[in-house]
Amino acid sequence: MKTLLEVSGVSVSFDGFKAINNLSFQIGKAEMRAIIGPNGAGKTTFMDIITGKTRADEGRVLWGDKSVSLLKMSEAQIARAGIGRKFQRPTVFEDQTVFANLLLALKKDRGPFSVLFYRQNAADTEKVAALAAEIGLTDHLARKSGELSHGQKQWLEIGMLLAQDPQLLLVDEPAAGMTPEEREHTTAILVEAAKTRAVVVVEHDMEFVRRLNCKVTVLHEGSVLAEGGLDHVTSNQDVIDVYLGR
Amino acid sequence: MRVFLLALAAILSLAPSLQAQSGSGNTPVQDLLQVHRALIEKGSRKSIAPAIDAIATSGLPAAQTVLQTWQSKDMWQREEDGLFFRAEEIAKKTYRLYDFDSGDAVGDYDKDALDQLKPNSGVRAMIGTALVVFQLSDPDPARRRDALDALQRDAEASHLAPLRASLEGETDPEIKARKEQLATLLTLRFGADDTARIAAIESISTDISLDARAALNMLLTTSREIAQGPVPQGVNVAAILTPGEDMPEAEAYAMLADKGLAPPRLSPDDIRNTLAAHIDGGKVGGVPLAALNTDAARATAYAALVEAGLAPAQPTEAAIKEALAAHTIYDAYAEPSAAVTAAAEDALAAIKTRVGLNQMLDLALDGISLASIFFLAAIGLAITFGVMGVINMAHGEFIMMGAYTGYVVQQLIPNYTVSILVALPLAFAVTFAAGVAMERLVIRWLYNRPLETLLATFGISIALQQIAKNIFGTQARPLTSPGWLDGAWVMNDVVSISYIRIAIFVLALTFLALFLFIMKRTRLGLETRAVTQNPRMAASMGINPDRVNMLTFGLGSGIAGIAGVAIGLFAKVTSELGSDYIVQSFMTVVVGGVGNIWGTLAGAAMIGFLQKGIEWMNPSNTLAAQTYMIIFIIIFIQFRPRGIIALKGRAAGD
Amino acid sequence: MTRQPFIARNPSLLIFLACLALFTLLVTVFSEAMGTGLISTSFVKTLGKTLCLCLVAIAMDLVWGYAGILSLGHFAFFGLGGYMIGMWLMYARTRDIVVTSMANAEIPPTDAEVISGIGNQIFGVVGSSDFPLIWAFSHSLTLQLILVVAVPGLLALVFGWLAFRSRVTGVYLSILTQAMTLALALYLFQNDSGLRGNNGLSGLQNLPGADAIPQATISLWFLWASALALALGYGFATWVVSGKFGSVLRGIRDDEARVRFLGYSVEGYKLFIFTVTAIIAAIAGALYYPQAGIINPAEIAPIASIYLAVWVAIGGRGRLYGAVIGAAFVSLVSTWFTGGQVPSIPLGFYTVDWVDWWLVLLGLSFVLVTLFAPKGIGGLFDLITDRQSPMRHGQDLGPDQGALQEKEADS
Repeated sequence: MKTLLEVSGVSVSFDGFKAINNLSFQIGKAEMRAIIGPNGAGKTTFMDIITGKTRADEGRVLWGDKSVSLLKMSEAQIARAGIGRKFQRPTVFEDQTVFANLLLALKKDRGPFSVLFYRQNAADTEKVAALAAEIGLTDHLARKSGELSHGQKQWLEIGMLLAQDPQLLLVDEPAAGMTPEEREHTTAILVEAAKTRAVVVVEHDMEFVRRLNCKVTVLHEGSVLAEGGLDHVTSNQDVIDVYLGR
Repeated sequence: MRVFLLALAAILSLAPSLQAQSGSGNTPVQDLLQVHRALIEKGSRKSIAPAIDAIATSGLPAAQTVLQTWQSKDMWQREEDGLFFRAEEIAKKTYRLYDFDSGDAVGDYDKDALDQLKPNSGVRAMIGTALVVFQLSDPDPARRRDALDALQRDAEASHLAPLRASLEGETDPEIKARKEQLATLLTLRFGADDTARIAAIESISTDISLDARAALNMLLTTSREIAQGPVPQGVNVAAILTPGEDMPEAEAYAMLADKGLAPPRLSPDDIRNTLAAHIDGGKVGGVPLAALNTDAARATAYAALVEAGLAPAQPTEAAIKEALAAHTIYDAYAEPSAAVTAAAEDALAAIKTRVGLNQMLDLALDGISLASIFFLAAIGLAITFGVMGVINMAHGEFIMMGAYTGYVVQQLIPNYTVSILVALPLAFAVTFAAGVAMERLVIRWLYNRPLETLLATFGISIALQQIAKNIFGTQARPLTSPGWLDGAWVMNDVVSISYIRIAIFVLALTFLALFLFIMKRTRLGLETRAVTQNPRMAASMGINPDRVNMLTFGLGSGIAGIAGVAIGLFAKVTSELGSDYIVQSFMTVVVGGVGNIWGTLAGAAMIGFLQKGIEWMNPSNTLAAQTYMIIFIIIFIQFRPRGIIALKGRAAGD
Repeated sequence: MTRQPFIARNPSLLIFLACLALFTLLVTVFSEAMGTGLISTSFVKTLGKTLCLCLVAIAMDLVWGYAGILSLGHFAFFGLGGYMIGMWLMYARTRDIVVTSMANAEIPPTDAEVISGIGNQIFGVVGSSDFPLIWAFSHSLTLQLILVVAVPGLLALVFGWLAFRSRVTGVYLSILTQAMTLALALYLFQNDSGLRGNNGLSGLQNLPGADAIPQATISLWFLWASALALALGYGFATWVVSGKFGSVLRGIRDDEARVRFLGYSVEGYKLFIFTVTAIIAAIAGALYYPQAGIINPAEIAPIASIYLAVWVAIGGRGRLYGAVIGAAFVSLVSTWFTGGQVPSIPLGFYTVDWVDWWLVLLGLSFVLVTLFAPKGIGGLFDLITDRQSPMRHGQDLGPDQGALQEKEADS
């Protein structure tokens, strides 16, 4: 399998505290990966580094066929390169309608001028409608997203992520605060998405991870502790000690 | 020197006649006066010098009295024999005369029998100069100092000898030092030979006083001269100027023309005036008037006038070059001795280096003092904005309230020292109360809305400013500092700092210590830090965030009030006092790094020093200094967006 | 979600344009120039100036209400626009005077003499007579009109690029823009800034070559021009905020990090809107100062820019008509109060003279609006249209400092 993202030897520290310590990680082009780890293991910081929010002190982050370094790029450039991110707390534009939110995320030229002269066309409207159907918000398109329930906002954000059509999806706790039925649907969407692109899911909920049925990476104190199938890592003594054992 | 010799010659030539007259009694001064009677009676500034010099250098005990009497218009002449006396009016129109030599009264006379000598101001000044010599040895130190002042203002070669002579008997060490300095300064100007003068010059090459520099500069006075051909022999040349390099050719040529050494170059105005003077039937030199609106047409017309012999020709470029080549323009020293001027140049260069160093020191002191003012104005903000994150645009108005509190207290308590001591805590109380009221009524509703806080507090700011204007009027109110803060600590002629600035510096240090103490050592400081870092956690640990916020904001505002009193002492108290400082204060906090008092200190130091530095480079323009300062800050923030001392990592609010 | 025509999506635009047209028509009919004289020429000028202030308020609303950037520098751009047009007005007018006075000379003046005469006239007050470099284009209306747009636009571009690039946001950005304004004002206060120091540029109400036309007529021209500029500005702003661009702007206002992770270069958008609004402000200024007659550096002191924010806030930010209403209301009421036409209130022990107390009233009412009526005057329209704020338990609509508050938003 060809490598899509390669992280090697990355470290970052905040005021002496090493949040990420010589971390290396790889993911292929159409692969699902779950990342688990106790609080403070560096999961969120790891995502921050990939998406450009936090600058790494050392190491390399290479992306795509051409092995471009992401470390020099801005958040927006990284997003345009094809990395989409869903935050832990649902973050949608609450003052805007569901339709506007999805339209904003739709893969298009992001330059100010082309956005200024953008005219909405039937094809885009259809794409948005299709996405809305996929995330179950067809009836809510004209509503302001701030009025949606917590779960619906999570859906909307996943919908926005899909609208961006990224090659790599970074999903932070997608199932938090969802009912069991909603989780099932979420799993389905993510598994479907992973057929054509890479998906990295950070999750606490072991049951959810099991359902994703994918390779698992365990982070601890900023580095990779173990990697493999869920059953493989859960039987790893180190993992049991630091994570499951407590 | 020449005058001195003349006087000496006069005395020597008089000696026989003095002896001849002494038979009539021991009256040497009277005799001397009689010798110069004609001059004294004439009283003309132009011709009186020999008479004054003769008396001053006579060495007679009564000479000083004579000169003083003469100067104060108390010298009278008896008409019957032409003798001079000191006169005192004992009754109306009746004067008692005293003999100069003996001091005895010689009788009472009617005014009609006497002539008062009324020396004009020029003559009196000359007498004064002559008197200086006597005063140098006067028993009264104050008069000796006056004499030295007079000498310094208006020194002459003849003063050097008596000044040196008076050194011996001088007992007051301070005056003696001054005399020695003055003697050196006189020596380097009037010394007997070059060796002595050069020695004197070298001895002051470490002296940065204004007097020394003035004396050297006087030695180095130059005048710009023109010579046909090379520089004449015997001139002490400071520099030879090449036109086009050391001075513009046009200027050099204008100099030649001024001196009549070359025909002047005609300006466009000259040409126009000449043309206007030769208008002939709507034409000048054959060119119609209407066409004369270009330089080319005017040149044609003028050429025609020259052809006709009606106007002088404009010198050609070649002629100008030739004229310049034929002459030498040079700066000549007024002092003929090249050795002396060279020594003086060296000494002045050495002094300039020293002065430069001292100026740096003075600039540093200025910078420190400006920095402490900024720090004082910003320290309250360092609490409300830096620690609490509340942006208070009315902070400047709190400073103003503090200053006005000081003013009101001074109206009630006339003793300035007491009133300042009362005003400081009172200003704190007033602005503390205002701060607490504002926090309770406005700010606490807007804690997570900094932009709205900015605008709401701006509303308060304009309201407070207008209220102050309505109460105190628009004119500046004085806040007078106590007497012991007047004056300045003078290190030398270059370095000095006023006591009030020192006081502000001390106050700024005190506040720094107070701030550190409150934040690090008191319960309030601990609670403040807890509330600002994590209000929910703090609340769950039993801290009342409302109370802490209120007190902290009050504290920041109260410090602004005290700063107001301090700033009011050197700045005029107006309703705009605060707004003059508010932007700089915010800049200080932002540049220094929010949330860190050392950052504020560093920010204040940087802004203070930089502003002084820029002012030094362009001293005429403090407005420009402020402009460049702000531009610098905007660029600085590019490189350190979080300020000089930045909090790192997640704590910084990523 | 089918796409409706532009006008249908923005009904307020038509209403606004109709109101503006009616207003302009009424003022024209009742003006001195048309004979009735119910509205004095000076009041026509005041109204024309108010229209310009409405235009700059729209610019402020775009940058603050929609993009969340509380700029305290937009009045500086307004003033710069005024200076740029003022340079041409002053140059051309002085040139006319100088040429007339030199026409009597026996020998006709050369161009150089005329220019030095103009320089003497203009810069005599600051003890100079040479034209500084920045006046190089002042002889040409076209070039100077280009500068009206170019100079403030370029300043905004450079400043914005520096500020946004280093990710200065929220109050820090506000303070930085305020510093920029202060720097500019201090610079212009210098005599050697080349713009006549604190004397500023004066006599701008006299159009060169229009001496024969009475001020009453000229004031109407400017009123029309201002109304046209306001109409165009309002239309442009409506177009910008109603499309996807507006959606991005609001996204930046409420949560700029999220916009960034969607792949939009937030800095580019901020820079764009900052520069465009600076240009709108400059155009408004270029129309304002010929009506005011004089411009000096005090006009662009930081406080003026804060007043601009106050107008927008009182009118209601995030809605274009709110900005217009706020600017018109506050500036007209302010003229009324400070003009001494409002009767004083005798309290027995003290008489409240509104010339002195108006600012206190304005400041305090501004605090009240911020605290209790974040929607401002514009919020009154929600009572008619029955729009309501969402129930969010006091939560803002986004994490950023410029984000809408619960009470500002509508559901």
